[in-house]
Amino acid sequence: MNPTSSQNAHPDPEPTRSIVVLSGGMSDTSSSRMLADRLAQRTLDRLTGQGIPAAVSIIELRPLAANIAQAIVSGFPNEDLQAAIDRLAAADAVIATTPVYKAGISGLFKAFMDILDNDLLIAMPVVLAATGGSARHALVIDDQLRPLFAFMRTLTTPTSLFAAPEDWGDSALTTRIERAATELAAMVTTGIRSAITDDAWGQYQHTFAGNARAATAAPEVAFDTDLMRLATGGTFAARA
Amino acid sequence: MQFGIFSVSDITRNPVTGYTPSEAERIDATVKMAVKAEEVGLDVFAIGEHHNPPFFSSSPTTLLAHVAALTKRIILSTSVTLITTNDPVRIAEEYAMAQHLAKGRLDLTLGRGNTVPVYPWFGKDIRQGLPLALENYNLLHRLWREDVVDWEGNFRTPLQGFTSTPRPLDDVPPFVWHGAIRTPEIAEQAAYYGNGFFANNILAPNFHFLPLVNLYRERFEHYGHGTKAQAIVGLGGQAYIAKRSQDALREFRPYFDEAPVYGHGAPLEYYAQQTPLSVGSPQQIIDKTLEFQEKFGDYQRQLWVMDHSGLPLAAVLDQLELLGAEVVPVLRKEMAARRSPDAADAPTHESLTKAKYGDAAPRQPRPNPNRGDNVTGTSPYQDSDAATPARYPLIG
Repeated sequence: MNPTSSQNAHPDPEPTRSIVVLSGGMSDTSSSRMLADRLAQRTLDRLTGQGIPAAVSIIELRPLAANIAQAIVSGFPNEDLQAAIDRLAAADAVIATTPVYKAGISGLFKAFMDILDNDLLIAMPVVLAATGGSARHALVIDDQLRPLFAFMRTLTTPTSLFAAPEDWGDSALTTRIERAATELAAMVTTGIRSAITDDAWGQYQHTFAGNARAATAAPEVAFDTDLMRLATGGTFAARA
Repeated sequence: MQFGIFSVSDITRNPVTGYTPSEAERIDATVKMAVKAEEVGLDVFAIGEHHNPPFFSSSPTTLLAHVAALTKRIILSTSVTLITTNDPVRIAEEYAMAQHLAKGRLDLTLGRGNTVPVYPWFGKDIRQGLPLALENYNLLHRLWREDVVDWEGNFRTPLQGFTSTPRPLDDVPPFVWHGAIRTPEIAEQAAYYGNGFFANNILAPNFHFLPLVNLYRERFEHYGHGTKAQAIVGLGGQAYIAKRSQDALREFRPYFDEAPVYGHGAPLEYYAQQTPLSVGSPQQIIDKTLEFQEKFGDYQRQLWVMDHSGLPLAAVLDQLELLGAEVVPVLRKEMAARRSPDAADAPTHESLTKAKYGDAAPRQPRPNPNRGDNVTGTSPYQDSDAATPARYPLIG
């Protein structure tokens, strides 16, 4: 199919999908970022190849490090950090990448995740990626990133990416990147996130007037709940 | 429009002198602050409720009753009364009693409390904090409006034939504000009952609380208590005032830098720019507060924290002088000039009594005789509604 003609025929042009790379890498350019960039480009290629306009943007945590520490202490993000959170909330897919330090994900990466609203990433397609100094750290993704993103109720792709030094000379890494790109692009094209959030948004606990507002067309406040009935003089069957 | 101060009753080491006041000193200082607040022309003094050091105010009604005896005009309130871990029956009794002693100069703000161990210490489960708050208020509301209450809920023992004594002064319950920082159900409850909604308006970015206040306003109108603009909104804040703004920053900085809630994060200037914390000259405090009115709409009560983080009594009293002499009189004038004619006045005992009785004499409940077993039988008061007799548990 010719993407240009299909777009022209459509009265409502396809919105540009936003792929956000969230990188906890420290050096410039870090290997964590290189891994994410390769995946981002391939995901972009797949989407545009199907006639779906898409763009990649990067959230580097290094320049936000002091802001993140300040937000944890002061209780709210400053403007630069808020802009990054807004961009993440508005993403259609996220590539999360972190170096392995001391047998775990980067503390900065976790600190950033700690300041997000719990409902910010519900049903967000995510690829988990990490780099480490040794293949012996490969399970950091499944041991630490996956539970973290499960807590955030994201949709993680079946394939995650770990790159040890020797992987940069192995074409198998490219194969895995291609596979992850296929998975992520498929999740974006099927619109699975909005299918879930449009229908089921009210069934999750939310931060009132929080950062996740843009994620759904559902109304901000549901009045047809047990708690709202209790608020208005009704009764409520407590669950033990 | 009412202006006043609220305190959380923290006993904090003065970071400049290194001196930590004793509980006795801080309690005496708080009474002096309250009396001073009336002297400088403020309308409201409110005290919080805590059940752990470094706070002293475990028993707000005791303090407020004492202040009531030392003052003539100022309204006494709370910031906040814990609607979760207190038995609503005791809240009904204690605050009605304090309302009598204060001759009606008493209202209260309800909040959930966020100190985790307090819940288990009082036999409650913080995971049930919101249903506790909602259900407890539903009961409190009835206890102040019905002579005889039969009630059953999830969180306290059922009541049969219970009368909360004393009945509120003039049979007009103390006005209730519901405080919340993120909970739409609390805004909904305030709106449903036509009560006030209070946003503490501190420790968060400017206008962070606007969506919740707007939700309350919309629902207040939805439930037919008046228009959105007539809803009863209170805002907090925190202020440090000096004649010159650079002096305010210089004097307040050591307290800010060491304050448990502020220190070691964003610097003072940034924090004061990004949040409702007001530090500066009287004109700067005035300008910032007028912005509250501009964005939140006309509101009924503005309270500031003035005694936080180890600030010594002498400095707090100076602050109150400045607030009363140079800030509040200008705000009264400016806010009144900008105020919509539709906006409601802050409820007081006088206005609520007038609304209930018009020019008629208020009800004064007189109990029926003790029938010999310390109860009055099936009707507690001579004028109680005969259609709702007390039903007591069968004994023996």
